[in-house]
Amino acid sequence: MRLPMALFIMIWSIMLTLDARAQPMSIEQIAPGIYLHSGKQEDAFPYNRGDIANLGFIVGKSGVAVIDTGGSPFLGDQLKQAIRSVTDLPIKYVINTHVHPDHILGDSAFTDQDAVFVGSARLPGAMQGRGPFYLNRLPQNVGPDDAKGAAIVLPTQVVDGETSLDLGDRTIVLKSWPTAHTDNDLTVWDPATKTLWASDLLFVNRIPVLDGNLSGWLSDLDGLAAIPASQVVPGHGPLVTEWPAGLADQRRYLTILRDEVRAVIARHGTMEQAMDGVGQGEKGKWLLFGLYNRRNVSAAFAELEWE
Amino acid sequence: MRSRSFLAVAAVALWGVVTGPSRAYAAEADDLSRWTDIRPMVFGGAAIADGAGIIALDTPVRAEDAAIVPITIQALVPQNPDRYIAKLSLIIDENPSPLVAVFHLSPLNGSATISTRVRVNDYTNIRAVAELSDGKLVMVSRYVKAAGGCSAPAGKDMQAAMARLGKMKMILPEKILPGQPAVYQLLLSHPNNSGLQFDQMTRNYIPAHYVKSIQVTFDGKPVLMVESNISISEDPSFHFSWMADRSGSFEVKAVDSQEKVFTGAFPVTVSSGS
Repeated sequence: MRLPMALFIMIWSIMLTLDARAQPMSIEQIAPGIYLHSGKQEDAFPYNRGDIANLGFIVGKSGVAVIDTGGSPFLGDQLKQAIRSVTDLPIKYVINTHVHPDHILGDSAFTDQDAVFVGSARLPGAMQGRGPFYLNRLPQNVGPDDAKGAAIVLPTQVVDGETSLDLGDRTIVLKSWPTAHTDNDLTVWDPATKTLWASDLLFVNRIPVLDGNLSGWLSDLDGLAAIPASQVVPGHGPLVTEWPAGLADQRRYLTILRDEVRAVIARHGTMEQAMDGVGQGEKGKWLLFGLYNRRNVSAAFAELEWE
Repeated sequence: MRSRSFLAVAAVALWGVVTGPSRAYAAEADDLSRWTDIRPMVFGGAAIADGAGIIALDTPVRAEDAAIVPITIQALVPQNPDRYIAKLSLIIDENPSPLVAVFHLSPLNGSATISTRVRVNDYTNIRAVAELSDGKLVMVSRYVKAAGGCSAPAGKDMQAAMARLGKMKMILPEKILPGQPAVYQLLLSHPNNSGLQFDQMTRNYIPAHYVKSIQVTFDGKPVLMVESNISISEDPSFHFSWMADRSGSFEVKAVDSQEKVFTGAFPVTVSSGS
């Protein structure tokens, strides 16, 4: 009776593997026609396949807008299948909220869709400056298999200010922001449901990553707070339903970063001293703090030295 | 002579970049293969003794951001007219351009201690070689774990960086006493582009645009001369020491690889007496 058992286990394992490949991404409907996939609150590694960012899509009467595509072509493909599990409508737009690899490297899974790729007017420059570096590192971040076929897809429509996209009886508004998380941040606003897709302008539970301008980000928070949203999708972390209260933690961390770095600079301290001391009071409050706080401090220091 | 050796070292190193990706492992701390190529190009056959007690290197074990790695070359002996550190060479073995910077100093610095921020492209040995006023060479080295600094993403805000190009700042110590060494920091706003980034639109490498040399004088006296390249981080920063004996003005002249010249003047008030 042992042989059939071994056979069963073998077939079951193969089916599990096939099953994982065929499975669409897990999504939840957070508002009529708005779907969210929650990424893991981790750094990208082969074991999590780089699935670390929030992605999603919005469905109108005549088409779909995708918001970020994931950290690899594999994830982009899983997202595409998730869309197909919900609607047959054409994918009209693929929106990249900013240049970071966990949000854009699924783009190549959508180039067969006749969709317009949309991003900030500063996204093409950022993609050119950073693309080769991200593609080079992808095999070590998601494993060599998942990295195959990854490519940078430049936007064909760019946003400088505000742009509306028509999805058929549903207009969404895209807005580019002064340099904050990056120099090419874009948000998506759905007035019909008062849903704001803030992407990486908002981090929840996971430490914010400073890769743009700290003063600019703090200033943008005021603009974000003024949007009359009933729910806000962060780039990392759970959906926020209290607004603008949901901004408070991030505002606190970024303010501490700015104030404590300024204090070190004022007493002629060094970047190394700042990296050792700044932000320590925030230590238990953010996931991945140990991975990113010192790096945030060095970026803030290099910026604030010029004040 | 000096610029020739920079070019030669860069050529050897570029060969390394081309063959680099085929290497399956990063350099180990005891891997001297690059150093044995670099050493004769920079120092010829000169003897290099252990620098312990004369200089020390202050580096992180692991860099947080490979494009901004703060390091300090500590001088453990003062600058005396009869014996002083005349030159400090900073080398990062595994960088495409391994001879990162050369600092020219004098007894008037008081201390030869220099801090700066560098790009580190791979796990590597970082070396500081001091040339003393009697011609003797001594070296210390430290192993640093970092990757991608030279080919890492371009700056965080490209438009802002170009708008600020060439702006300079000199951060003065709180109090400057005559005849006492004090620490100053020079900041120069410059992308210091490595030229190792590929522009997908033009299908060309973005041309290197980096600071080649910086000359600091005080009332005409040489304070610090730096020869540098792409391995210095964006917005080059240098902490150095200077013994001012009276109030005066620093003058800075920086030249980049496109032959753009940037200048700055920074008046300094020296307190009278203690």
